[in-house]
Amino acid sequence: MAIRRKLIAGITSLLSLMLSGVVQAATELNMRPGVTETSIEAYNLHMLVVWVMVAISVVVFGAMIYSFIFHRKSKNPTPATFSHSTQVEMVWTLIPILILIYLTIPAVKLLIKMEDASDPEMSIQVTGSQWKWHYKYMEEDISFYSNLTTPEAQYDETNGQGKEKGVNYLLEVDNRLIIPADTKVRFLVTAEDVIHSWWVPDLAVKKDAIPGFINETWTNVPKVGVYRGQCTELCGKNHGFMPVVVEVVSKEDFKKWVSAKADEKVAAAKAAAEAAAQSWDMEKLMALGETTYKVSCAGCHQASGLGIPPAFPALKGSPIATGPVDGHMNIVVNGKSGTGMAAYGPQLTDAELAAVITYERNAWGNNTGDKVQPADIQAFKAGNK
Amino acid sequence: MSDHHPTGITRWLYTTNHKDIGSMYLWFSFIMFLVGGAMAMVIRAELYQPGLQFVQPEFFNQMTTMHGLIMVFGAVMPSMVGLANWLIPMMIGAPDMALPRMNNWSFWILPFAFTLLLSSFAMEGGAPNFGWTFYAPLSTTFGPPSTDFFILGVHMMGISSIMGAINVIVTVFNMRAPGMTMMKMPLFVWTWLITAFLLIMVMPVLAGTVTMMLTDRHFGTSFFDAAGGGDPVMFQHIFWFFGHPEVYIMILPAFGVVSEIIPAFSRKKLFGYSSMVYATASIALLSFIVWAHHMFAVGMPVAGELFFMIATMLIAVPTGVKVFNWVATMWQGSLTFETPMLFSIAFVILFTIGGFSGVMLAMAPVDFQYHDTYFVVAHFHYVLFPGAIFGTTAAVYYWLPKWTGRMYNETSGKIHFWLSMIFVNLTFFPMHFSGLAGMPRRIPDYNMMFADFNMWASIGAFGLGLTQVYFLISIIIAIKSGKKAQEKQWEGATGLEWDALPSPAPYHTFSTPPKVD
Amino acid sequence: MTEQLQQGENKKLIWRLVGIIGGMFLFAFALVPLYNVFCDITGINGKTRGQALYESVEVDSKRIVTVEFLTNINRGMPWEFKSMVKSIDVHPGELNEVRFYAKNRSKFDIVGQSIPSVSPGEAALYLNKTECFCFDQQRLAAGEEVEMPMKFYLDADIPEDITRLTLSYQLFNVTESVTTASVTNQ
Repeated sequence: MAIRRKLIAGITSLLSLMLSGVVQAATELNMRPGVTETSIEAYNLHMLVVWVMVAISVVVFGAMIYSFIFHRKSKNPTPATFSHSTQVEMVWTLIPILILIYLTIPAVKLLIKMEDASDPEMSIQVTGSQWKWHYKYMEEDISFYSNLTTPEAQYDETNGQGKEKGVNYLLEVDNRLIIPADTKVRFLVTAEDVIHSWWVPDLAVKKDAIPGFINETWTNVPKVGVYRGQCTELCGKNHGFMPVVVEVVSKEDFKKWVSAKADEKVAAAKAAAEAAAQSWDMEKLMALGETTYKVSCAGCHQASGLGIPPAFPALKGSPIATGPVDGHMNIVVNGKSGTGMAAYGPQLTDAELAAVITYERNAWGNNTGDKVQPADIQAFKAGNK
Repeated sequence: MSDHHPTGITRWLYTTNHKDIGSMYLWFSFIMFLVGGAMAMVIRAELYQPGLQFVQPEFFNQMTTMHGLIMVFGAVMPSMVGLANWLIPMMIGAPDMALPRMNNWSFWILPFAFTLLLSSFAMEGGAPNFGWTFYAPLSTTFGPPSTDFFILGVHMMGISSIMGAINVIVTVFNMRAPGMTMMKMPLFVWTWLITAFLLIMVMPVLAGTVTMMLTDRHFGTSFFDAAGGGDPVMFQHIFWFFGHPEVYIMILPAFGVVSEIIPAFSRKKLFGYSSMVYATASIALLSFIVWAHHMFAVGMPVAGELFFMIATMLIAVPTGVKVFNWVATMWQGSLTFETPMLFSIAFVILFTIGGFSGVMLAMAPVDFQYHDTYFVVAHFHYVLFPGAIFGTTAAVYYWLPKWTGRMYNETSGKIHFWLSMIFVNLTFFPMHFSGLAGMPRRIPDYNMMFADFNMWASIGAFGLGLTQVYFLISIIIAIKSGKKAQEKQWEGATGLEWDALPSPAPYHTFSTPPKVD
Repeated sequence: MTEQLQQGENKKLIWRLVGIIGGMFLFAFALVPLYNVFCDITGINGKTRGQALYESVEVDSKRIVTVEFLTNINRGMPWEFKSMVKSIDVHPGELNEVRFYAKNRSKFDIVGQSIPSVSPGEAALYLNKTECFCFDQQRLAAGEEVEMPMKFYLDADIPEDITRLTLSYQLFNVTESVTTASVTNQ
């Protein structure tokens, strides 16, 4: 008797240990509840379905395992002969229907809530392009691009380089989307070329970005913090390299950021004007041009200038890079419709644009000897040249 | 019954014999399975660790795209047609398929179509790189030059499938032996009949889709281009109108296979034959009204999302009925666990797990967190690999004695089974977790938080791939020098092919129709 | 069944099946206008309809709906394009006008096409434009700038729960397709 009790105690504690291990593992293996009301409700619904499915599998697989043991030929040499039962069939048609109704009710409620973007306190236009996001705050006059900042040296190991990876590897950007906490923020999502999708798991916000169409979604984040997501619709070569980083700050900090941004804009315009006023020599242009090229162009056109034709043409010996400067400025500043060549006019400073065009016209043996000045870019953009 | 048959290469080029054509389909699909599998190995090798070690992102996109296209159109679908060709005439007591010459064309289109598709790797810009679902405008405006060859290849495969489906329907309707009423047909014939109707309904829609792609690319139309008044979302609607029934096309024949094998090894009739027929038909009908559950994040209005969510959850009901019926067939039977039964049991368990993740995906508000992540990849690989492919594998083991007159080695079969079982779960179960953790699909590199899951998946994938090579070798050995098979190899087997034909089945069978009571 | 009768039966069935196949192929193409009609009737993909006429209707001066204007520019379109107002508050039934500014900053003549999109999608049904630059392609010479009016009214019976709608225009560069068309027409 004592042995029996000890055995039961032993098995119970072993099972509890295993169960807690499973629960612990399950927490790491599970979807995150996130930080918004909708993400937590989505998580709860997810767990509800998981438990229902676990219960069903215990019953169904349990019955199967029972059969494997007790209905094997050696244990049960004479098989039963029944092969139908309308009653039983009705039961196991009705019960699943009831279970599904039980799951559908909270799903319907949550879906209607998630799709209700009415009465927002602020709106942000989110535009996806190959391969970055652009954010424009509709009330304030703030807009910027958000690019991946993980350097190629960290991720491209095909040349034997880059093993050391940061903790936010592939999930870090130059300009985060800053939004205030406890504010209903509406996102108006579109795209400039192919379909992309904007997703932040911790906010439970995912919406496709469709060229020519506008989609709306929203969030209201109670908790200050940094939340990271990725593009979730195959959009070409660097689909895996265009993360989404949202930084939620307090309402006061947001106001401070808005005014800091306004100051920044003034300072940037001043710096651009100063740079434009200068005349840059070839060495200075080539130096800035090479670094700009490495960051913004080499991904597609390659450091060697050979590109990956036909999608990403070679710049070495290219008719555009060795032909009229106007055509070269046009394609860099305005991009080319129907291709992966984005418009870099809004994305780089006039100095960077001038430098990178100069670099492309003189590197890899192109040797045109042309120098493009920031002032030339300014004039081109204004349409006066 | 006659066993006289032609010889040489021309035998295979000109054959109108359903057994020869069935064998060609099965060998072709296995070769394509290995080709698609090799691409999976490249994908898993790259994803083994964070960082780009072996391939560049643009080539990775070609691998994921072609892996999908080859597996769906080159491995799974032709393997099912191979089973149909071998088994349907024998099961209904017909001498051959209704349209034997069209049968030959249906097969021979495929090697040409896939040569065309695979040759795209050598073209400038490489192979198609926009996912097997080829959404516009990535595939229309931004697709590489090989896209047009992809379109031609899809047309060819489509014609092959449509002709095969016509053949199945006419054969089943018009060529059953006297006494073989529709409700006496083996369930495999029923599931293929329903599959054939799905094929003739939706393959033409796929043809329409790729034709619209072609005219958008080269003939100035704007079906999917917003600039011309078109709509990229419309592409998704039209594609998935084909795409969803397509996935049922890939699984229904496997349901039929398992419905033959489980009763045989339970020594008990299939439970609820008529329910099984009605459930299969319901699944097929429902499959037409759920397509937009692939599109919940596209910006659909709430009313649409609600409709598709509810319709999708409804499909779980007839599918559940089928699972319960298989379990009830085994219940109080007299079970033995030869290799075909092992694969069939694994099918029931693992397909059901795939079905569970399917119900989860159907719930639109939570789907926003799963959509386009590895959770979806886990779901469809569970229903396709331990689903469709285990089903076909079970069929090969079960009917090999009838087809070739030789038995496979039971120990080799069990080794193949257990290795496949372990590796398929090791490969695809972790993908549920990487998806839940937030890993998107179709990316060649990822953050460290997904690293462990990917490592396990890659290890499992390498094991799974090697196991299939083991399978190939053991089947070849069996065909060449396996033990001689019996007419009724399996004690519990029923059906005309087991009761009325020797093993191997002669080249021409049922030239005079058998009597069916 | 005799061989001949068998073949006769087969032929009938085959023709019926081929009919279904042909029908489904045409259905795929029919899905295009069907989709457009469905979206037209329900407005659910946010596409606005063509030119409307303004009939003098009762203006619901008790209700205010905020209409916001967004612009964005597709790849390779070197124009400046913006709405002159960010948003206006309107009464359903009332005819309003807003203006959009566009400038061709490049050195080439360019033809642009604006594509409208409304969010929430359902609101598109109730938005009626009587005059819009989006009805036609716009040709701007190099350096040319223009102010384009857009006149619209909201249906008086726009549902109560719609208090705000966003009208977004994406501007596409269609110069190439226009020149190809005019070349083939010569």
